[in-house]
Amino acid sequence: MHAFRHRYRLLTSAVLVAAISLAQPSLDAQKTKSGVPSNPDDKTIIHVLNRIGFGPRPGDVARVRAMGLATYIEQQLYPQKIDNPQLAPRLASLETLGTSTRELAQEYFLPAQMARRDEMRRRAQQNPSMEPAEPPRPERRSSEQVTAERGARQVLTDLMQQKILRASYSERQLEEVMVDFWFNHFNVFVGKGQTRVYLSEYERDAIRPHVLGKFRDLLQKTAESPAMLFYLDNWQSSAPADAMTMNGPNRPQRGRPGIRRDPNRTATLADLPPAAQNRRPRGLNENYARELMELHTLGVDGGYTQKDVQEVARALTGWTIANPRQGGGFQFEPRMHDNGEKTVLGHKIKAGGGKADGDQVLDILSTHPSTARYISMKLARRFVSDEPPAALVDRAAKRFRETDGDIREVVRTIVTSPEFFATEAYRAKVKTPFEFVVSAIRATGADASNALPVVQTLRDLGMPLYGCQPPTGYSDRAEAWVNTGALLNRMNFAVALASGRMRGISPATFSQSASDASASLVSVALAGDLSEATATTVAKATATPQAVALVLGSPEFQKR
Amino acid sequence: MISRRIFLKNGGLALVSLGFAPEFLARTVAAADSRRRVLVTVFQRGAVDGLNMIVPFGERDYYSARPSIAIARPGSGADAAVDLDGFFGLHPRMAHLKPLFDARDLAIVHACGSHDETRSHFDAQDYMETATPGVKSTQTGWLNRYLHAKEHQKATPFRAVALAPQLPRALQGIAPALAIGQIGQFGIRAGQATEMVQSSFESEYAAAANSVLHKTGREAFDAIKMLKEADPSKYSPENGAEYPRTGYGEALKQIAQLIKADVGLEVAFAESGNWDHHVNEGAALGQIANRLDDFSRGITALVRDLGPRMADVVVLTMSEFGRAVAENGNRGTDHGHGNAMMVIGGGVRGGKVYGRWPGLAREQRHEGRDLAITTDFRAVFSEVVSGHLGLKDTKNVFPGFSGSAPLGLFG
Repeated sequence: MHAFRHRYRLLTSAVLVAAISLAQPSLDAQKTKSGVPSNPDDKTIIHVLNRIGFGPRPGDVARVRAMGLATYIEQQLYPQKIDNPQLAPRLASLETLGTSTRELAQEYFLPAQMARRDEMRRRAQQNPSMEPAEPPRPERRSSEQVTAERGARQVLTDLMQQKILRASYSERQLEEVMVDFWFNHFNVFVGKGQTRVYLSEYERDAIRPHVLGKFRDLLQKTAESPAMLFYLDNWQSSAPADAMTMNGPNRPQRGRPGIRRDPNRTATLADLPPAAQNRRPRGLNENYARELMELHTLGVDGGYTQKDVQEVARALTGWTIANPRQGGGFQFEPRMHDNGEKTVLGHKIKAGGGKADGDQVLDILSTHPSTARYISMKLARRFVSDEPPAALVDRAAKRFRETDGDIREVVRTIVTSPEFFATEAYRAKVKTPFEFVVSAIRATGADASNALPVVQTLRDLGMPLYGCQPPTGYSDRAEAWVNTGALLNRMNFAVALASGRMRGISPATFSQSASDASASLVSVALAGDLSEATATTVAKATATPQAVALVLGSPEFQKR
Repeated sequence: MISRRIFLKNGGLALVSLGFAPEFLARTVAAADSRRRVLVTVFQRGAVDGLNMIVPFGERDYYSARPSIAIARPGSGADAAVDLDGFFGLHPRMAHLKPLFDARDLAIVHACGSHDETRSHFDAQDYMETATPGVKSTQTGWLNRYLHAKEHQKATPFRAVALAPQLPRALQGIAPALAIGQIGQFGIRAGQATEMVQSSFESEYAAAANSVLHKTGREAFDAIKMLKEADPSKYSPENGAEYPRTGYGEALKQIAQLIKADVGLEVAFAESGNWDHHVNEGAALGQIANRLDDFSRGITALVRDLGPRMADVVVLTMSEFGRAVAENGNRGTDHGHGNAMMVIGGGVRGGKVYGRWPGLAREQRHEGRDLAITTDFRAVFSEVVSGHLGLKDTKNVFPGFSGSAPLGLFG
């Protein structure tokens, strides 16, 4: 079966080589059509910094002008070549970032689970049924439990802080934009069971290394990631009762390996692995198969049927997790796999393919024209406008197909296009809360030694980090982010940041007078482009924190 | 109209039996029609044990499956179930809801829930809040789809409010909805400079070129002023209502405040947590008893506090799934399937336990272990949306739900 897949890949590579040589003329055409202005004004440079990064810092406009705008964009497309000396010291105190999942599970998450269980047992024993039990309150927890829970929490707060600090301080701004984009595209949710144990590894190993690489690789990495397998339930999807598994006819009574299933015995919490409460009856689970097509590749109108969903789900049976509680990795479990023949979007997948069935599905999906279009559309929406010009999406999709889904090439097509630099695109996007908060830290030249207060701010703004429940990810459209409560909270964040009430974050504007601080901020972040109303109210403020807050909370600063 | 008058009559009875006089009822009869209908939803997160909340004491199998946590049959002392209809009873710590049932203002739907098989809290809550069981990619909540389907010309920013730090899934979507942790905290917080900063932001947004920002900015500052006039800091509940001093009780109290302040509230959302009793659940006393005490006291306080306004208010309670019929080895219950929901209010045809009871014998259970479901939870939701909130066509609110024979909760 591996041979088959190998052959398939070879075939695609051959087609690819042909495609690339054919594509050569249009590549040249692209170059001549570049929309990057050779002599850009401040507004244009700030536009680029807002779109392929998280906004300008003091001094950025001059730096970009000195090296040339086209060179800056080209450099950002190759993040590994950009020196990044400021970042490592910022991340040094977040000690769990590089830790393996197995170790995180053993050292951080399991102790918290055990402590919680011990505590429940203790209460169960101490508490005769006559005496009313209290719901668990923090002050009633033992010190061991408190320590254990703090460990589990640290893994997640480390991860959340690194996201804010990287976006704020990394020189590889486009890379951070793309990590944010692809994580959100392949969204998983911290609140669903064991997903959180795998979250650090998911962003670090599955997403980050491939954000400007081949889409096919990103698809494979996320499909095999325990975070995704858990979040969308594929880890427990197995051959339907009447299917042929790799061990012959399936016996419906047999449960997942290692889990006893006896309907007459009432299992207790202590008997079950933690994820067992999520356990469905043995059989096919279509969740991942459906979202793989609807959200990850083809798009909802991408031309698949319910039958395709079932067939894809069958092909992916047996793609599971070795031992979720111990932080185990991807595993193909032949006993769960439906080894019969499948038909996916008109392609036959022969019986007996085993794990390669799933790989073939990913091949079919990643080369489907709907995928090229859907991914290009989403990227254009991120970089250009909520409703990007159709001609641009067409060109980006074409580039996707020509390059076998080379993300760098698709992004280059978009961010060097005339549409990207058109006046209609200027300040056409409303910042998401994450973009807003990070751009404020950058614009004020703030020094953040602790990003935890910002983690809380993002909850208040309705965009908790790693906290988007549905697999759609967070919306990239203005309507989703502009509502009464959230808008007031943006203004309150502006006030808090400017007046030093975000602990551990000190804006460089502190030491300046009100007029100097607001003037430099208006020039750094907005190229002096303000409405008369905003300019007037800002000018009236006599205290620095208020002047700065009135810029950061202004309608102009909510856009990029 | 008729149902409202019946409520006022019955509500009067309920209030009498709750221990206070109905003298203010007469003057509110006329006013009732001008008021806006309000829906208060309460989500019991963590899966409440519906079989110990609304006890099927007429079932032998209930007692054999739960040797240490069953609630005794009515008439066997203070810890016994409170008889409702000869078969079902209230948990004894919920006895204060009995007068509402007797006054026909409280309806219960049992063996109700989602036909989806999941036993994951996360998925099941998601499915209940989007009201599209089995479909994970639904972006909007059912309450938001209602708000969107019945657009309101004079909607205020307080039309839909969750008394919660974050907007719950049920309220997420296209129509504006507000999450407020504490209504006293709503507004610009800039210490002594608050007024100056607030009016400065207000003039910035009044001039905003972007229409979305412009409109939302205006709404935000209108909302601040509206709430300031209502002066939430000076609120005291009426009719001797005593809210539990818990986050949940506080949320219900603030909902009552918003209703009385006439700021345009139509849909409110509150949460009651800590229902996941795998270990040592307790029976008439113990963990679940304390949680049900808090839960039902909150509802009683809200009903009392709102008094005759309850003619236009419905309280709807829900939980993601029920718990296994049999207790487990730790005197608790594991995740199950069917559950019970409550619908309380003036227009409700209460005093009845709705739904076909599937029985608790092993062969009658779902997968041999859980209470089976005979009423899709969306049947209850859609009757609330049409019967109480008055949206006749609910198909966009409940996509993919083909409906079922109406329960007849309203009208």
